[in-house]
Amino acid sequence: MTRAEIEKAVIAILAKQLLLAPGEVSADARVDDLGLDSLGKVEAIFAMEEEFGISVPFNANEPDQPDFDFSSVPSIVLGIERLIVQKPA
Amino acid sequence: MRRVVVTGLGTVNALALDVSGTFAAFREGKCGIGQLGFRDADRLAIRIGAAIGDWTPERHLPPADLSLYDRVTQYALVAGQEAMMMAGLSSGLGERGGVIIGTAAGGIGTWEESYRAVFAAGKNRVSPLVVPRLMHNAPASQLSIRYGLQGPVLAVASACASANHAMGLALQQIRMGAADVMLAGGSEAMLCFGGVKAWEGLRVLAPDACRPFSLGRKGMVIGDGAGVLVFEAEDHARARGARILAEVAGFAMTADAGDIVAPDPEGAARAMRAALRDAGLSPHDIGYINAHGTGTLANDRSESAAILAVFGGASPPVSSTKSMHGHAIGATGALEAIACIQALTEDILPPTIGYLAPDPDCAVDVVVQQPRKARVGAVLSNAFAFGGLNAVLAFRRP
Repeated sequence: MTRAEIEKAVIAILAKQLLLAPGEVSADARVDDLGLDSLGKVEAIFAMEEEFGISVPFNANEPDQPDFDFSSVPSIVLGIERLIVQKPA
Repeated sequence: MRRVVVTGLGTVNALALDVSGTFAAFREGKCGIGQLGFRDADRLAIRIGAAIGDWTPERHLPPADLSLYDRVTQYALVAGQEAMMMAGLSSGLGERGGVIIGTAAGGIGTWEESYRAVFAAGKNRVSPLVVPRLMHNAPASQLSIRYGLQGPVLAVASACASANHAMGLALQQIRMGAADVMLAGGSEAMLCFGGVKAWEGLRVLAPDACRPFSLGRKGMVIGDGAGVLVFEAEDHARARGARILAEVAGFAMTADAGDIVAPDPEGAARAMRAALRDAGLSPHDIGYINAHGTGTLANDRSESAAILAVFGGASPPVSSTKSMHGHAIGATGALEAIACIQALTEDILPPTIGYLAPDPDCAVDVVVQQPRKARVGAVLSNAFAFGGLNAVLAFRRP
């Protein structure tokens, strides 16, 4: 899966949570600016796990998220790329 | 209005299978959290919990009856038995006695086993006792059957505030004359694969420990257990010469009517203020708060703000015993009420263990690591649930 494909899927998932069209979520958008609430966040992470067959190490109680940076579209795409590579074949 | 007192306590939880063991654990700051060992625990991302290790129901209950009891009912029956014995009560209360037991997940273990049977194992039938085992009122009803309590009997399901709501309603039954004695509290047996899997999805479980109000906390840790208290009209208790442990001085419940999961400090503060009013207490009468203190970022911040708002910036000593017995969801308020009774009867404020460093967002007076000696006249016990429900109890030295 290419980075562009991952980015497209991530944007689609975020847009669906936010009830926006995918075109309304830019490729460099920050999650907080998008107005995603805490439940929206965990629902989006669930959707990404299902989409990419990965397990995202995200704990809502760790503000700096040492294991997975969920702060922006680029950081999410990078994190997912990394998790796909690590995935056991 | 009749005054209501506590004349008996009973519990099983991750720390001990009785009250004296639980009191000892609170004095020692013992931790009941460990690795989970139930079926499929290896498929969980979070594998710790405050389970009741080595639970052998045959040791406590008639083996012939066990096929009727989910663990949630077993815990409630064992805790109820201890509470009745401590109160010096047996059967014979009839319609002057009742039971209100909170539980969030009821017989979730029975749901899980039955679904495994029909979906995973492809079986075409389940035990005929599935319904009476899993229903949320099973713990309350089995206690009523065991002790012939024929007055107000029901279950309360308000997630993490279930036990506090149950105790609050029990208080009100006695006050308004509907009963002389009420068994009240909560029971929970959510530590099974499906129970923890469901919580995992919310991303609020800690992988290491429960560290309420501490910097570096990573969330809550689920616990199992039950707490049952005997609430009794004071005149009834005095007439039979019962030992009075504490007065159930007041109760209040409020709803945030806001977010389904995010807490609102205003709703919590309103519940604390209303409980104080109901008890005829003022903030400076309160010598200890057993906090809801789940160890999540959201709860501990919100609860700290609420406490500081109610107590004018001067927080009484606060601790969260969830650091020891875990978050027993619908039973947790009952375990915490028992900690409050210990504070009033033994002059010991139980600690918040696992505490690393103060969090500037939680600027309350946290009792950390070691119990604190203090003679307190009245205490509050907070419970705040998903769904925006807040239930606060006030207990007073009799």
